[in-house]
Amino acid sequence: MAGVGRPVASGNVTTTVTTRKAERLMNLVICLLVTRGYVSKDRIRKVVDGYRDQTLDAFEKMFERDKEELREIGIPIEVGSHEALFDDEPGYRIRRGAFELPEITLEPDEAAVVGLAARVWQHAGLARQTTDALVKLRAAGVAVDRDALSMVEPRLAASEPAFEPLCDAVVTRTPVRFGYRRPGRDPAERILEPWGVLSWRGRWYVIGRDRGRDAPRMFRLSRVTTTVRKAGRGGSYRVPEGTDLRALARTLLPPPAAGTAVVRVRTGAGNALRRRATGERADSEGWDRLHVPLAHVDELAEEVVSYGADVVAVDPPELREAVVARLRRLVRLGDGAPA
Amino acid sequence: MSDRARDQVRRMLALVPYLQDQGGVPVEQVARDFGVDRQTIVNDLNVLWFCGLPEAVTGDMIDVDMDALEVEGVVRLDNADYLRRPLRLTAREALALIVALRTLRETVDPGAADAVDRALAKLESAAGDGAAAADSVEVLSAAPVDPAVRAAVRDALTDGRRVHLRYLVPSRDETTERDVDPMRLLSAEGHSYLEGWCHRADDVRLFRLDRVVDVTVLDVAAALPERARPRDLSAGLFQPGEDDLEAVLDLAPPARWVSEHYPVDSTEEAADGHLLVRMRVGDPAWLRRLVLRGSGSVTVVEPGDLATEVREVARMALAGYPSG
Repeated sequence: MAGVGRPVASGNVTTTVTTRKAERLMNLVICLLVTRGYVSKDRIRKVVDGYRDQTLDAFEKMFERDKEELREIGIPIEVGSHEALFDDEPGYRIRRGAFELPEITLEPDEAAVVGLAARVWQHAGLARQTTDALVKLRAAGVAVDRDALSMVEPRLAASEPAFEPLCDAVVTRTPVRFGYRRPGRDPAERILEPWGVLSWRGRWYVIGRDRGRDAPRMFRLSRVTTTVRKAGRGGSYRVPEGTDLRALARTLLPPPAAGTAVVRVRTGAGNALRRRATGERADSEGWDRLHVPLAHVDELAEEVVSYGADVVAVDPPELREAVVARLRRLVRLGDGAPA
Repeated sequence: MSDRARDQVRRMLALVPYLQDQGGVPVEQVARDFGVDRQTIVNDLNVLWFCGLPEAVTGDMIDVDMDALEVEGVVRLDNADYLRRPLRLTAREALALIVALRTLRETVDPGAADAVDRALAKLESAAGDGAAAADSVEVLSAAPVDPAVRAAVRDALTDGRRVHLRYLVPSRDETTERDVDPMRLLSAEGHSYLEGWCHRADDVRLFRLDRVVDVTVLDVAAALPERARPRDLSAGLFQPGEDDLEAVLDLAPPARWVSEHYPVDSTEEAADGHLLVRMRVGDPAWLRRLVLRGSGSVTVVEPGDLATEVREVARMALAGYPSG
């Protein structure tokens, strides 16, 4: 490079290790991309700046690391050989078809919604991945409008620490192990072949085959109590053919209301119950009688108790009993008796 | 350090196709489009100046017009025909982008949903294998919202009109009546919200659309006061106020979900799987209902008078079951 001065556009540019490395990686990518066929390691060392002045040993180590780093940012470096090479030493190449983003053109309204997508993730890692994707689209000539006005701004939080490792495990088909706490139980270790991650009512879940139970199970990410660790190699299981996450989630989620309960509600109170009541009529002075859908006795009992003395369970008897048991626990608590 | 070089290579591989055939692009705009500062782009250009075809003589290097950069603040880049397309999307990028769009699809108007569908189809095809990863992340719709409510609120926003809401406040067990000047619609943590100036509270409020019992678009223009600013939601939907009550709760294992669901200031593991949480509470009625709901699994440690009150309420409620 003698004779070519490093350009200086603003201030001093110091040639740091990082700069030299970025330069070398770029030149390696270009070399593998423009050369037809495989390039031998020997030739790479000769033609790519930054390798030439290394000892053979240093070059080997450096090249191995560089190759891995490029693969990590998604550059498909292939290893192979063909007859044109005189020895059996493998060569390297980047196929343009596997490297380049295919042609894509977006209509203005499509580009506008894509621009909005950048604002959906609150999770730092995913927000960054989205931004990186948009940068590539812009580089492909798509006019992504980041400032598109919108009246709707959806946000996805995904703040659970387990989110990222589980997403990675799903993508790479890697079995994982983690501690999990079911409400009211002690935490226990689960080993899972994760099939997918899904959000339902603002909460994240992972679905997969629970190895201990040999059956599909769904876990809420916020109840994962430990870090998520690998429990096997990537690609060591398959998601059963035709798995439909949405359909599966529905079977694993709580069932819809099947029955009806009767409750007495003080005039003006029990507003949320009134909203979903299927029937409502006046009861004794100052009280109304409501019919409300009943899915889980315990859940409805919990809600009835939350209204204190303004709502009384009438029917079915199990509901009445569940409410009375809960109220007794609350009264006893203060008396120093165990709950 | 190695991460920095990797990030730089990733950016440069997009920068080269972005700049080619563009004539000159102001460096500030490049920085904006790449979400970095101006100096970062200048540093990238200084590296690209040294990149090019293998065994390059000067003429075969990427051509960066440094004079134009220094004098006009404009970036011109040429002689890099072999880098005309950006790198394909990685599986993670495709996943993040496609899942974000699917989320968007659940919340936008029916009109815009069509644009989302078309964009999704094109991106899924361009992402190739990467799109397969996105299929393993699903976003199911949030709590159902009456389409008539959503449409009325949207119309009011578009036309700048005031709305009258009958709105359910479960924490106080009230159905309230209020006039609201709409500011924006948003969706967070699985629910859709209207943010607006509430004339009853004389402040900005968020209204969960599934709790709107009834909405009327009034024949009155919305008049947002100067101090009506959208809330910064980056820290979460619920932000403690100045005169909030400080409470300490003892959560038994069945009630640990409370600490996941509501913002707490601190948590401390206690014996037998119990969790001690300290939180700020805007409305004591909300806390009272939470403790009743817990039916023994949520105990108030502080304030002490609330614990007494809850017990008294339970005693009164129990009187409603004479035979029990």
